[in-house]
Amino acid sequence: MKNPSLPLPEITQTMAQNAADALSRAGFSRRDFIKGTGALIVSFSMGGALAPLEAQQTRAGAFGEPAAPDSPPANEVDSWLAIGADGSVTAYTGKEELGQGMSTVQTQLVAEELCVPFQSVNLIVADTSMTPDQGVTSGSQSHPANFNHSNLAGACATAREALLQLGSKRLGVPADELVAVDGAIRSKSDASKKVAYGELVAGKKFDLKVDPAAKRKPASEWTVLGKPIGRPDMAAMATGTFEYAHNVRVPGMLHGMVIRPSAVGANLMSVDESSVAGMPGLMKVVVKKNFVGVVAEKKWQAIQIANKLDVKWSTPPELPKQETFYDHLRTQKPTRDTLLVNSKDVEQKLAEAATVVKATYYHPYQMHGSVGSSCAVADVQGDKATVWSPTQGVWHQRSTLAMLLGLKPENVHVIFKRGSGCYGINGADTVTFDAALLSQAVGKPVRIQLTRREEMAWENYGFAFTIDERAGLDAQGNIIAWDHEAWSPVLGNRPVYSYPGNVITGFLAGFQPEEFRPRSPAPEPANFSNNSNAIPSYVVGHVGGADHGAGTVKSERALLHNVVSPFWTGPLRSPQRLQNTFAHESFMDELAARAQVDPVEFRLRHLSEPRMIDVVKAAAKAANWVTGPSPFRRKTLARTYFGRGIACVAYEGDNGFAAMVAEVEVDTATGKIGVKRLVVANDAGPVSNPDGLRNQCEGGALQGLSRCLGEEVTWDDHNVTSVDWNSYHSLPLGFAVPKIEVVLLNRPDDPATGAGETAITVVAGAIGNAIFDATGARIRQVPFTPERIKSALAG
Amino acid sequence: MSVLSLKVNGKTHSVDVDPTTPLLYVLSDDLGLRGPKFGCGLGQCGSCTVLVKGQAVRSCITAVESVVGIEIITLEGLGTPDKPHAIQKAFIEEQAAQCGYCLNGVILTAKAFLDKNPKATEAEIQQGMSRVLCRCFTHSRMLRAIGRAQKEMAR
Repeated sequence: MKNPSLPLPEITQTMAQNAADALSRAGFSRRDFIKGTGALIVSFSMGGALAPLEAQQTRAGAFGEPAAPDSPPANEVDSWLAIGADGSVTAYTGKEELGQGMSTVQTQLVAEELCVPFQSVNLIVADTSMTPDQGVTSGSQSHPANFNHSNLAGACATAREALLQLGSKRLGVPADELVAVDGAIRSKSDASKKVAYGELVAGKKFDLKVDPAAKRKPASEWTVLGKPIGRPDMAAMATGTFEYAHNVRVPGMLHGMVIRPSAVGANLMSVDESSVAGMPGLMKVVVKKNFVGVVAEKKWQAIQIANKLDVKWSTPPELPKQETFYDHLRTQKPTRDTLLVNSKDVEQKLAEAATVVKATYYHPYQMHGSVGSSCAVADVQGDKATVWSPTQGVWHQRSTLAMLLGLKPENVHVIFKRGSGCYGINGADTVTFDAALLSQAVGKPVRIQLTRREEMAWENYGFAFTIDERAGLDAQGNIIAWDHEAWSPVLGNRPVYSYPGNVITGFLAGFQPEEFRPRSPAPEPANFSNNSNAIPSYVVGHVGGADHGAGTVKSERALLHNVVSPFWTGPLRSPQRLQNTFAHESFMDELAARAQVDPVEFRLRHLSEPRMIDVVKAAAKAANWVTGPSPFRRKTLARTYFGRGIACVAYEGDNGFAAMVAEVEVDTATGKIGVKRLVVANDAGPVSNPDGLRNQCEGGALQGLSRCLGEEVTWDDHNVTSVDWNSYHSLPLGFAVPKIEVVLLNRPDDPATGAGETAITVVAGAIGNAIFDATGARIRQVPFTPERIKSALAG
Repeated sequence: MSVLSLKVNGKTHSVDVDPTTPLLYVLSDDLGLRGPKFGCGLGQCGSCTVLVKGQAVRSCITAVESVVGIEIITLEGLGTPDKPHAIQKAFIEEQAAQCGYCLNGVILTAKAFLDKNPKATEAEIQQGMSRVLCRCFTHSRMLRAIGRAQKEMAR
């Protein structure tokens, strides 16, 4: 089988060789191809089928997001597809393979819509010389961006219709009597009447706008999409031949190391270069404002030089105390306040309620903690730069790298190379900046891989939260009002197009993070925004005269206060959605217990969104949910209790749905939890690759478990102290892995939604609720350590 | 710098390096191997694992001078994409990876464990894998793949 993701030759080319080959067969370079210079242009006669298209998007960003001005335009078929004279199909995407199976499933999409074999599609991923700017690969946006009617899917459907028209002309057969099969257009009635795509297009351009009305192949006719096709990169990964960013080697490449500040907020006082003078391999000590690094011939030399270099830093201000941090957040000024829903009658309804329930939930900063620390290679020579980076957004990286290096963006070439799984903004962007600054200083290619401490102490952490929930129940136990108020610290973010200072290296080199803009009080909501599931699933979400929520509770308020964080923050898998959902789903369980109603029944009673109702029912059914109010306190051994809990989410309100039933055993003497079983029901619209989706749900379930049982960023007066795998607790392969069952709800005729972040979002809620069911003790702070469980048990 | 002789994947290599260099850097930089990977540099995660005389060893904390002349096997030495070893084949068949970065340590640690404990129970296998990290949390599939490999290797 031809493998689209097989590693490149030993020396990485500046343009992926297979892509360059495909284009040279067609007789031009990719840039020429896009610009239309030097290329022969096929003029498609669409016979009036295509009205003049004012494309919905003149630029590439999905969902109206901005894009770089010189990106291949998203509304052009040629930005996404090229068919060689030999019939080979090259497809271009900005949505990267990060380990989530995106390359495989996008290849399936192209093969399906174009009616060509899976093996004949060569997918080129995220390279600023070739692929459209699709922002970042994140936030469960890849499936909706490229599998609905615009972008990659739209381009393929438009191309297939164009090929049918061309075939009709060539064969002299009306288009509706033709069919696209196996890379050719042929007569439905006479299989001998056919013409191959390669002959029709002969490597020329389509010169067509993407037609969002182009007919998609119905799911009932799928032969490639929707099938559990295995990842073509799996064999290379399992045999150690796959080329990660970490494996990129270019001729003359040197090795760099950075020296980060001694503490958060410390400034550079002095660097004594004489402390390392004459050390073997030393090429240069690089200092730029607070950025300090060294370059050497070999990695081991660079490490020894970095360790020996005498660098002095100023005494930084003290960090807020971790023990009181959650209360500290409430008192911080200024704040940036955001009001998502406000029916303005919440206080009144609470005053009228038969019962008012209040609870506060706490979620710590957590880290991406990639198993491989971040790594990049940069080659900056004169006014040009090439980088090989595991960044989630090559076009963003290009723009901010240009700012950092003082180069023109068009002179910066960013090539995505897969890194260690990132789960959001790990050290990928910052290490690319490190590599580029060091390379620019020596005028030679430099590779740098961060140390474990640098990765963990300075990454953009997932957000900490303090969340107050209040609700009123009427005499029948129905929720009549729900109030959500949260505090969360922020600093920096993804660098996007213009903020190199949003990550540590850019900041050290002199760029400021995106400005914190105070705003209090928050303006009344004018347009509906789910705002990362700040809005509980059980309210109506009434904004602008319409209900947008998934629930039935009419009296509602959701208010967020952002404050300035002492640490860098950024998106970590299911950013904010996971923290908010932990609070909402735990609180929903508390309300059900207060009303003495079964937790599944209580949820169904307050949901209006049919897809939410369906995932809750599906998870409960698959888990053989035993009906009854919590806590059950089912004793299994002398001091061990069994419990089951449920949690669910409408991810971002409408971008994917999941419910999970967790079964746990709690040892009341030690506070230790044994998780026995996790049952996930997931709805991502059409199931584009069932095995890939299962893999995402399984991984999400266990990653969520690790995050809720053990993961927490810790610090002392000046420094982060969770800087390795002894001080940051990730569940290893050897823990007692629960049985995981995944139920996929397939909705082939609905729009594609997010798929990678739904399962992880509901884990903490489901586990916490199961602990309550087992013991009657409610745990409101992540992670659920044995100490916290014992303390909750003690009441 | 000293010229040292290394036996890696059945071939003898002569390298001119500082003898205190961690084996990992020699394998990946001097010999250009892609299997062993830097994860933590502290021997905590397993990404850098290689087999030294059949034992799983963490190459990030092993000085190259300590393995001169001793048979070293890396992930690429077990099998190839066309002819994978039984345990590699099991991982491919189970689709037991996401990003795949940790696979090197997972597969080699499991291989060394199964070679020594061919009849290990599921619980014992989990115990044997207790010091290996996968941050995509592909644990279930990986343990299934190891179980499959165990059966295959017993034949």
